[in-house]
Amino acid sequence: MMYSNKPTPQPPRWVIRLLQRLHPTETLEEVAGDLAELYVYWYQQAGKRQADWRYVLAVFSVLPPFVRRRQLKQEHASNSFIPFTMLTHYFTIAYRHLLRNKATSFLHIAGLSSGMAVAMLIGLWVWNELSFNKHHQNYDRIVQLWQFVAFDAEKSSYNSLPIPLAEELRNNYPDFKLVSVATFNRESILAHGQKQFTKTGMYVEPAFVPIMSVKLLAGAANGLNDVRSIMLSQSLAQTFFGSENPINKVIKIDNKQTLKVTGVYEDFPGNSSFREVLFLAPWQWFVATNSYARNAQKEWDENSFQIFAQLTEQANVEKVSAKIKDIRMKLDNPPPYKPEFFLHPMSKWHLYADFQNGVNTGGLIYFVWLFGIVGVFVLLLACINFMNLSTARSEKRAKEVGIRKAIGSVRRQLIFQFLSESLLTVAISYSISILVVLVALPFFNEVANTNIRILWSNPVFWLSSLVFCLLTGFIAGSYPALYLSSFQPVKVLKGALKVDQSVVAPRKMLVVFQFTVSITLVIGIITVFRQIDYAKDRPTGYSRNGLIEVRINSPELNRQFASIKNDLFQSRAVVAFSESTGSVTDDYGGVTNVDWPGKSPESHPLLMANRITHDYGKTIGWQLMAGRDFSEDFASDSSAIILNESALQLMALKNPIGETIYWNNKKYRIIGIIRDMIKNNPFEPVSPSFFVIDYESANVMNIKLAPQMGTREALRRVEEVYKKYNPAVPFEYKFVNEEYAKKFSHEERIGKLTTFFAILAIFISCLGLFGLASFLAEQRTKEIGIRKILGAPVFHIWRLLSKDFVFLVLIAFFLATPIAYYFLHKWLQNYEYRTQLPWWVFAAVGSGALIITLLTISYQAIKAALANPIKSLRSE
Amino acid sequence: MRKTYLGEFEEVILLLVAILDGDAYGVTVSQELEQQTGRQVTFGAVHNTLIRLEEKGFVHSQLGGATAERGGRRKRLFTLTPAGSRALQNIWELRQQLWQLVPPHAIKPAGI
Repeated sequence: MMYSNKPTPQPPRWVIRLLQRLHPTETLEEVAGDLAELYVYWYQQAGKRQADWRYVLAVFSVLPPFVRRRQLKQEHASNSFIPFTMLTHYFTIAYRHLLRNKATSFLHIAGLSSGMAVAMLIGLWVWNELSFNKHHQNYDRIVQLWQFVAFDAEKSSYNSLPIPLAEELRNNYPDFKLVSVATFNRESILAHGQKQFTKTGMYVEPAFVPIMSVKLLAGAANGLNDVRSIMLSQSLAQTFFGSENPINKVIKIDNKQTLKVTGVYEDFPGNSSFREVLFLAPWQWFVATNSYARNAQKEWDENSFQIFAQLTEQANVEKVSAKIKDIRMKLDNPPPYKPEFFLHPMSKWHLYADFQNGVNTGGLIYFVWLFGIVGVFVLLLACINFMNLSTARSEKRAKEVGIRKAIGSVRRQLIFQFLSESLLTVAISYSISILVVLVALPFFNEVANTNIRILWSNPVFWLSSLVFCLLTGFIAGSYPALYLSSFQPVKVLKGALKVDQSVVAPRKMLVVFQFTVSITLVIGIITVFRQIDYAKDRPTGYSRNGLIEVRINSPELNRQFASIKNDLFQSRAVVAFSESTGSVTDDYGGVTNVDWPGKSPESHPLLMANRITHDYGKTIGWQLMAGRDFSEDFASDSSAIILNESALQLMALKNPIGETIYWNNKKYRIIGIIRDMIKNNPFEPVSPSFFVIDYESANVMNIKLAPQMGTREALRRVEEVYKKYNPAVPFEYKFVNEEYAKKFSHEERIGKLTTFFAILAIFISCLGLFGLASFLAEQRTKEIGIRKILGAPVFHIWRLLSKDFVFLVLIAFFLATPIAYYFLHKWLQNYEYRTQLPWWVFAAVGSGALIITLLTISYQAIKAALANPIKSLRSE
Repeated sequence: MRKTYLGEFEEVILLLVAILDGDAYGVTVSQELEQQTGRQVTFGAVHNTLIRLEEKGFVHSQLGGATAERGGRRKRLFTLTPAGSRALQNIWELRQQLWQLVPPHAIKPAGI
């Protein structure tokens, strides 16, 4: 080629750069050369435009994915993508690596196994909740009847219904294949010989058995057709009869009469709405022995029973609901509360059980989602930690990678090696997490009020475990595998590896993420418990100390009120005694037919009716605001009435004492006003209530134990009296204090579960922080050494290492605050009676997080600051 | 039967490597292809085919000396391997045999 002064033509620079950037390195030189030569050739032949065009085309034809790669010649290149022969080798190396770095391995395994345990627990719980009731054969076609009822403006929903509705559905609506009336769960005393237990069961029509596909183990499915029969669950049959055949044996019920066992059914499983139903007795028997049920048979306004049904295959829940909606309003005398009937399908019984103002607003499903998300987050935190710790140690392993590559490992093999390390760690963590779950399950079941077991025999469990492990292994291992294997051997072995900001930045983001989750959870816990405390501190309006209630199971007890009272006082174990319809902790029943002076005729508000005996106020210690208590000195008190504050407010009476009120066409004179007593939900306003004297319909004895006598002794003496009048019935009592505490169980359950998750989230976050701090300290050993030699005090070095993290935690705090505020504010809206979200809770959690962060980091920082600089600087 | 399949384009490129006799590399093969056959193909096609032929064992390659016109980059020179020349010969013989079997009237010269 002749030397010429003319500059050699050049193709566009960007195309050249494209070629250099994207063409495989192994053939870059020769191809770039060839193309440069061809460009000159094209330029001379057809000019610049053509040459440029052909050059661009040629470059694109040698870029991926079009280009064919020249294989490097390898001595032992393997053909399969997964080098199976190397797998055992990888795992051996991974195993040795775990043993060699015990501290790191411990951090890895502790973090991962706690994360996996939480995820597994939540997974089991979610599975349990989602599979609720699914075992019923006709799951899709089983419905329960509900009604919307309008009291004044507000619509309420009830699953208690009038009996005639069942007959109506059976006769006039062909969409219903089977209909069964049932009582709510009832406690009854069952006895066989000497064995006597109080057990929960239901009284149902025979159709209940096929509707719920009750699995019979012995006896006949139509056993309930006989009025004097009873069906027992397998477990109850076992307690009574052991290995004997229970069929045709007799059971005495409520000390009245005997029923013949005609069937034994498999216990309803733990995730069934009927899990507490241990016996099924015939509805006919219930009607025969309960006068109020007999009276309710034809009574459309007695809403006290459940109705279950199975629809035909063609029926559609919404359409059938629309058809039956107005049944009651078309009949004679439609009631003022305008009931609208509707169907609640079985698939919604458990997860969508809340109704607000006539609309289904979800329910438990909200928590299924919430905890599901928390579970995913906790697992994610654990994975992130694993990534963080692995990459943080990259400098140490960089040399190993360099040497491996220099010897001839290709990147693919390194990726497999790192993945096998993470998979091995995950496998170990998984076994530990199973142990953790086994230990934690009883506790978890108690807190969550469930009966979850590990599904050992379920292939789905093992399959999902496997997928779960592989996924965790790959997620946790992906970043280190891809990052570490990308090192250039030459650079690494020269020692030129610089971990720059671009690598540390994502790690810092992950720390921020972890702390955001932890801080949010902690603010959540504090708010949940504050809400519980707030409601607990609310004055109940009566005194619960030493107050017990005993259910009256036989009518004899009512008739002997005076002598029982006398005997109780004789025993000196009791300071006050009275009876009432319903427990002091609950509203027993509401009425709408109350009239008072100045009431508007259109209004039909619901008032709670309480029937009590004299001394009730003294027994429970209610607080009179005005007027007087019932007294035996006034014979006229049989038509006296006492109102609570809310009722007074509702009626808006100026001078209430002495005013006349009408109820059930009877006149009552107001003699007193008491302070509101919390009888229903402590988070809701107290219902307007009134109290009247009634010795006939009492079903609860209220007993105030003598405070100076020991509780045990007092109870023994009360039992003695009870047994004297009712020898056949076991003495069972409830402390009102405990009953009241149960009202908070739902909130406390949420609180405990959140605490459980938050502690783990904090633990996992701190592990991550610890790992990152150790990495940064290691990174800066030389800098710290030099600073020390130049005279920096330990405090300065500590501050140097800590300030980055303080900044990260502050960012996390500012992210977490609005998130926590948003969700908690929304949660609190569910309660009428709710606590506030004060700023200091956020501040306290923020400073708490900061302190924990500093404590975690300080260990590493002080260790680095105290280290002998000679050691770190000797190698320079 | 040939053990390794040789496509038509591969066959042409292999022939060109043989023709260029020691001077075959990306540029010369592309230029020769264009001049001898009039086919314009992208450079990638030539490059990929050369690599594929080498994988199949028909050519052998070696990095050659750098020249100034290529900006000091070395070129990869391709030569025929014994397997390559045997393959070309086999193809030629097979075509010959087949031509012999064609009846004279079956292929009419165009335009006559």
